[in-house]
Amino acid sequence: MSGVAAYGGAFGPAQAERLLWRAGFGPRRGEAQALARLGLDGAIHALTYPGREKLVGHAPHDDKGRPLAPYDAWGHDHLWWLDRMIRTSRPLVERMALVWHDWFATSNDGVGSQRLMLNQNQLFRERGLGNFHDLLLDVTRDPAMLLWLNGSDNSKYSPNENYGREMMELFTLGAGRGYGEEDVRQNARALTGFRNDWKPNVGDVDFRYDPKYHDTGVKTLFRKRGAWTWRDSCRMCVTHPDHASFFVQKMWSYFVPTPPDAATASGLQRLYVQGKYEIRPVVSAILKHPALYTGPPMVKSPALYTAGLLRRLGRGIDTTSWVWLDSLAGQQLFYPPNVGGWDDTRWLDTATWRGRWWIAQEALDPYALDPGKRPEPYDGAKLIQAALLFWRNPTLAAPSTAALQQFTHNALGDAKSEKWKQQQYPPMVLNALRHLIATSPEFQAA
Amino acid sequence: MSDCLHCDGLSRSRMLHRAIAEAGRGLPSIEPGMPLPAGTGLSRRAFLAGGLGAALAVYGGSRLGLSAFEEGIAAAATATPGQVLVSVFLEGGADGLSVLSPQGDPLYTKLRPQLALSGGTPLTEDARLFWHPAVGGIAQLYGEQKVTVMPAVGYTHPDQSHFTSRHYWEVGATDTHLNTGWLGRYLDVVGTEDNPLQGVSFDDTLAPALATAKVPVAAITAPDQYDFYSNNVWGEVEERMLETFGRLGPVAQQVDRLRNQLLPFRAKDDGTPGFQSPVPYPKSDDPFPNKLAGLAAMIAAGLPLHVVALSAPGEYDTHSDEAGALADGLQLTADSLLAFQRDLEARGIADRVLVHVWSEFGRRAQENGSAGTDHGAAGTGFLIGTRASGQMVGEFPGLQSGLDDDGNLIETADFRAVYSALLEQWLDTDAAAIIPSAKTFPRPTLVKS
Repeated sequence: MSGVAAYGGAFGPAQAERLLWRAGFGPRRGEAQALARLGLDGAIHALTYPGREKLVGHAPHDDKGRPLAPYDAWGHDHLWWLDRMIRTSRPLVERMALVWHDWFATSNDGVGSQRLMLNQNQLFRERGLGNFHDLLLDVTRDPAMLLWLNGSDNSKYSPNENYGREMMELFTLGAGRGYGEEDVRQNARALTGFRNDWKPNVGDVDFRYDPKYHDTGVKTLFRKRGAWTWRDSCRMCVTHPDHASFFVQKMWSYFVPTPPDAATASGLQRLYVQGKYEIRPVVSAILKHPALYTGPPMVKSPALYTAGLLRRLGRGIDTTSWVWLDSLAGQQLFYPPNVGGWDDTRWLDTATWRGRWWIAQEALDPYALDPGKRPEPYDGAKLIQAALLFWRNPTLAAPSTAALQQFTHNALGDAKSEKWKQQQYPPMVLNALRHLIATSPEFQAA
Repeated sequence: MSDCLHCDGLSRSRMLHRAIAEAGRGLPSIEPGMPLPAGTGLSRRAFLAGGLGAALAVYGGSRLGLSAFEEGIAAAATATPGQVLVSVFLEGGADGLSVLSPQGDPLYTKLRPQLALSGGTPLTEDARLFWHPAVGGIAQLYGEQKVTVMPAVGYTHPDQSHFTSRHYWEVGATDTHLNTGWLGRYLDVVGTEDNPLQGVSFDDTLAPALATAKVPVAAITAPDQYDFYSNNVWGEVEERMLETFGRLGPVAQQVDRLRNQLLPFRAKDDGTPGFQSPVPYPKSDDPFPNKLAGLAAMIAAGLPLHVVALSAPGEYDTHSDEAGALADGLQLTADSLLAFQRDLEARGIADRVLVHVWSEFGRRAQENGSAGTDHGAAGTGFLIGTRASGQMVGEFPGLQSGLDDDGNLIETADFRAVYSALLEQWLDTDAAAIIPSAKTFPRPTLVKS
């Protein structure tokens, strides 16, 4: 046993729903109840060993019904992945891919090839619950990463520090932890040897390791002397005494918004090191931890917010609008703002909140009631009840409920004087209530 | 960017995408050894039990009653218009040795065999330095005594991490734990609880330099694009809906305040733009020129803006193939800043605005083998405006003795000294309350008296 605490309280639909938000993209109809029936251990097992993927629901398409072209059409990479998030039967696998996309944040702004970005994405999907050492090796030679951080520019003739620095600072050790500027330079030397060619009309091709470009000299990395290569570099970063604490803290932060206590952190580190850097046991232990179930809610990222709304509505990808809408809310997939990934502490401000308003509007758009055609009761309580039922009766806190009641009261009050308003305002009020609920604090976090 | 094959409905998204590509980029996630992000005072992604946003200190003032915002706007509208400081960030570590190339330094071409520039306009105050042709707009303003040049600004014991170094610049101290921005702390001293526009990021997210502990600040992409819509909700019901969403948590409350502040800048239903500029701005897919145009219009309209942050267009983390990428970014940035200055002058408000251009570090003197440069230390900064002193701050230390052990330029001016002087000479506030150890820094002359 790892000695990491496990949640021992009731595991009902509410707990299962939170787990589905943290380890996936929120529940579809009936999923929280089904997961709750498995119990905590059964639920975690189902998420971490999901079996073969089944895609549930309609295939994605653009506004004219044409299939997506994720390698070629601008924005269709985002839509393609959003569709996987919505339709997958392996939510944790997709969620881990999102974790690694943020951890090894690579932007197509620097890569310039949706195909290479999607290949990297597939690596994260296949290796995301495997072994971190293996993952680091694969990322280090991944073509998108080689382009993004100049790995294939780095040669013995002309060292380039970009990947060597971020590998330690952002991927394995943390800023200034257990390495210095000289290690950055030496690590860059160890990482030399990757090359690629560029062909007109094709782009970057023929990614390879060419020993002729590798600096075979002796390097001193972390005070150890040797003729280190890129494989040594990966191994030495992962076995570095400061790596496990970095890994655990960073991985934890993707699932729980409050930091782990000291005993939890050291227990998870033991689990990680004794497990030879396997990712799945650490993630399983985090998903079972009491802090996930009893702690504060966590802000949803824009992609999670969007995928979650669509899963709840049972709606698939049928418009390309999600690209600019998620971008407006601060998260276009495959375009993280920089190599540090997205800043999750800043998902909500006056600019990105407006993006979420528009996401909710787009999610609800096909369901909007036509006030000229669709009669609804001229009764505030019934309209609120109907709006909550539309969203499957979420729990709202008192201030939100009070705001909705006040709105309904005022809007129906405006209709008192005129008969046509008494017919047309109720459906409009219902539309507005659905939208307001979707933008409420209760829907922004889970 | 690749060509768009299925472009229906995507012209707007392309535009937005480019906006995002250049827009302000928050601090990275919190990891061991990495600074806490300015502003939140929170552990990562946390929400306190009180609900969404109650913990977001950047939206301080959330306890304020709803009616207060109207009074706040009314009060702000009648207040005497004050000074405005505009912070323009060249993200990625701009290569100062190309912005002002030391062509008169004998080591320059040795260190930069591929990248060395030649020719151009020399700097009046130091004949060794030449303006990059792409920043001709700034050089022109310099010729008019409207630019203060800092040829080697930085700090001792430079950190070569993008994230750590920009954090230092953002919080105004070499302190990884400080989590309010230097401009945010200034607003906490002089700001009010009802005016999100007092500190505004023209970016897709809030600039960490503006992170406050008490008073609200805002992020907008453009003043004329702050609209809210809901299908099949119109007329009185729509008005009721819009007056309601401000009650759905503190973030929404600030959104609602801002929406009201920006109503005059909305494009009209007949397509008339929400504002007009008296001078032409560069035409670009990048929104930067339009953001500056909107900013000038907002200041001219008397909106209560005080400190403003923008990210400059361009890619400055030039590890490879530096020359073209750097020139493109610098050109659009400098041309836009020139247009902004002319706009302010045409509107008669140039004396109220000062622009500070900065980057988290400069780049190594020796180029790398990819026709690029790696992370360095001291870099180039500018202050632009009719009230800028026009006197160089610090000096160019030379490539012979002016490099540190890592081969990076040694600073001859400290960014905290610059901040302290800006606070005192431009914002009329005692720097001691804002910048840690402010009294230990000399005060360069940044503003014409």
